[in-house]
Amino acid sequence: MLQTTTQKTAASHIAGAGEANEFLTFRLGAEEYGIEILKVQEIRGWEQPTTIANAPEFIKGVINLRGTIVPIVDMRIKFGLGDAQYNTLTVVIILNIAKRVVGIVVDAVSDVITLDAQQIRPAPDFSASFDTQYITGLGTVDERMLILMNIEKLMTSADMALVDGDTVQ
Amino acid sequence: MSSEAGGDSDFDMSELHGLFFDEAGEHLDAMEALLLDIDVATADDEQLNAIFRAAHSIKGGAATFGFTDVTELTHEMETTFDKVRKKQMPLSTDLVDVFLASGDMLKTMLGALKSGGDSVPEAEVAALCVRLRAFLEPAATAAVPAQPLAQTAVPAVAAAPAAPAGKQTLELVFAPLDAGFTVTAVDGVVIDLKDFGVVTETTTAEEKQQAVLRRFSILTEVSAADLSDAIAFMADPERVKVQAAPAPQAAPAAKSAPKPPTAADTEFGLFVDAATLPANQPESAPAPAAPAPAPVNEAPQKVVELKSPAKAAAPAGASDSASIRVSVEKVDQLINLVGELVITQAMLAQTASKADPVLYEALHNGLATLERNTRDIQEASMSIRMMPMSVAFSRFPRVVRDTAAKLGKEVELVTTGEGTELDKGLIERIVDPLTHLVRNSLDHGLEPADERVANGKSRKGTITLRAFHQGGAIVIEVADDGRGLRREKILAKAKERGMTVSDNMSDSEVWSLIFEAGFSTAEVITDVSGRGVGMDVVRRNIQAMGGRVEIYSAVNAGTRIAIKLPLTLAILDGMSVRVGNEAFIMPLGTICESLQPQPGAISSISGRGQVLSVRGEYLPVISLAEVLGMRADKQRFEDGIIVILEAEGGKTALFVDELVGQHQVVIKSLETNYRKVPGISGATIMGDGRVALILDIAYMVALAHSRLDKAA
Repeated sequence: MLQTTTQKTAASHIAGAGEANEFLTFRLGAEEYGIEILKVQEIRGWEQPTTIANAPEFIKGVINLRGTIVPIVDMRIKFGLGDAQYNTLTVVIILNIAKRVVGIVVDAVSDVITLDAQQIRPAPDFSASFDTQYITGLGTVDERMLILMNIEKLMTSADMALVDGDTVQ
Repeated sequence: MSSEAGGDSDFDMSELHGLFFDEAGEHLDAMEALLLDIDVATADDEQLNAIFRAAHSIKGGAATFGFTDVTELTHEMETTFDKVRKKQMPLSTDLVDVFLASGDMLKTMLGALKSGGDSVPEAEVAALCVRLRAFLEPAATAAVPAQPLAQTAVPAVAAAPAAPAGKQTLELVFAPLDAGFTVTAVDGVVIDLKDFGVVTETTTAEEKQQAVLRRFSILTEVSAADLSDAIAFMADPERVKVQAAPAPQAAPAAKSAPKPPTAADTEFGLFVDAATLPANQPESAPAPAAPAPAPVNEAPQKVVELKSPAKAAAPAGASDSASIRVSVEKVDQLINLVGELVITQAMLAQTASKADPVLYEALHNGLATLERNTRDIQEASMSIRMMPMSVAFSRFPRVVRDTAAKLGKEVELVTTGEGTELDKGLIERIVDPLTHLVRNSLDHGLEPADERVANGKSRKGTITLRAFHQGGAIVIEVADDGRGLRREKILAKAKERGMTVSDNMSDSEVWSLIFEAGFSTAEVITDVSGRGVGMDVVRRNIQAMGGRVEIYSAVNAGTRIAIKLPLTLAILDGMSVRVGNEAFIMPLGTICESLQPQPGAISSISGRGQVLSVRGEYLPVISLAEVLGMRADKQRFEDGIIVILEAEGGKTALFVDELVGQHQVVIKSLETNYRKVPGISGATIMGDGRVALILDIAYMVALAHSRLDKAA
């Protein structure tokens, strides 16, 4: 039952993205993830954010992005993948989702790839490092497996504690 | 008007609708202000003319867009007022009332049209029309047949007697041309004009070279006045002149008669020489028109209106003379960008301070200039958002008038300090609380006239609205000279409500009880107030704006309620403090003092809560690091700094590592991209580009007190 729902979400989500499905891929520990390129605003290096009182550990704080106050989430801490080290190679992906700007810390940004519908399979029902409801499908590129995530749904979920309860979609 | 059909079918008017609604709204506001201001006995011509013009302008616009209901009502208003203006009928309070009611109706109708709704209360409109017409009956039964109003067009066309069914040649002069109204802009208007008739350019070669004006002639069946109205929606009417074509065009002689002073080519005189022409124009223009059979002398009036520079000089027209309409978003964007500039400038200054001042003298001088300029730009851009308090005050004459009438009281409203400027966002939010306070003063504060006389006061009560600057804040006061607050009554009521009160409370503590929810001492609940909802909302709204309310009252002398607000929402005077590695900002207004406590000055209660003794007062102490779950550098109170804060009537001592300095910071919302954080009211960007959080002092104070309550 759950699987069918996921498949439907996957299908509708991908269909909604139009013909050209471009994905930005990044690594978290040993896993490779893909997010819709249209949700990505920019990629920056790491800078020490201002910590926020009583925030969960994975919310590193807020930074000043040309006058906008942007919260930074460390996906590695959130999903317990890779060791959360901060150095000159640490990458922050600035996302533009649900009219909000949010930064996520990942291990490395790999590539921008184009996937057509045949290359995307529905996600199996076993657990990845996070809830399958945020996975739209699995992509295969050159024998590598890519986990495609619905980053918008994830970032606006109550789980991420990024938005107030009443605005959670 | 014959032009309206063409307008509907041929040009795309929908884009212009917004403009019409805006303008009509302004005209209505202006009209209302004038009506309220007018003294029935001594109304001067200029006031009457201004009211007439406002009604007329709305009618013109409404007709152009085919809003017949609006046209109908404004037409009646215009017809009636025309009589008054010409002294054929006296101005009466009743008439002013009907006009005010009509203005309200027009607002409703425009609102409905704007939102695309169709719910125009036709019966009420008709009733108003009848009321308006009733004023005309004794004066001009014969002259004003009760014409079906949809035919508004008829008198207008008829008023141009020399243009029977046939066509006429009109001359259009577009001037002065400049950056605000370019040659190309004229072309745009001219293209649209082709719907009215055949347009030919008649600009002479010499004029073309100077490029200051363009001249066209148009062969049309539309009257000059109607054409002017139509053009008013395409271009600034001040820059376009419509008149009968000059003599060589063999224009009908009668057509040019109504405007003798301008028959010659003195277009520029109209704009440049404001002193001479207006003086004779209004007199001479109606003169030839007077014997005309049509009771509504529209055409000449319109011509006068369109051309008269007096319009710009008149108080009614002054508000739209030199302003442009810009969306708030654009202004906010500008302010944000300036904020960025300030930060960049601060960063540059910081970097350059390391450079040798002798070697890099020019650089330092340049940076000093940059700093000055940036500050000026910041101030100037902030001032764009500032609006005078008159924007908020302007609605009160009406509120007072209506409420006083309802309550049967005699009231005079005095407003001072209308020029005091306040952030637009704050002005919008202060209007409702102010309205509430004014109604309250009218209802509860002021006594009925007889009671006033018995108490040795004048029959007429006075309500004073006052705005002024005090330090970095603006104070808005609502004062009345009424009966004042009754201490015993409030205390009795509070006891009845089960509130914890004592007879020893200070006056100000007693007065502030009226802000509690559900508190009303009015014996009779009236239509106006007394339901006990409101005063608590008033206080909440004002606190939400970062302001506070104070009440001063004396029995039989009156009550004064003072609202103190920050000047703007966007900028905050703050003190930055450091805890661990982070800087925090606290609003300067909330800081009473800061001190380094002596060992032993802080004692604990039941081993949990801690209090600081300051000059005999015991204040709860909290550590900022602990509240925010951080690590402080200083563990002992005597090593760090205690800041004493005051908010919402309570005081608290807050322990921090260090005071850093005083800054003016640009407030940014944390919630735009994140969520609300308890204890934090916003964020800002410091000189080094880092984000610093602004503390919510009210939260800190409440937290400290609740902890102390638990400990005790």
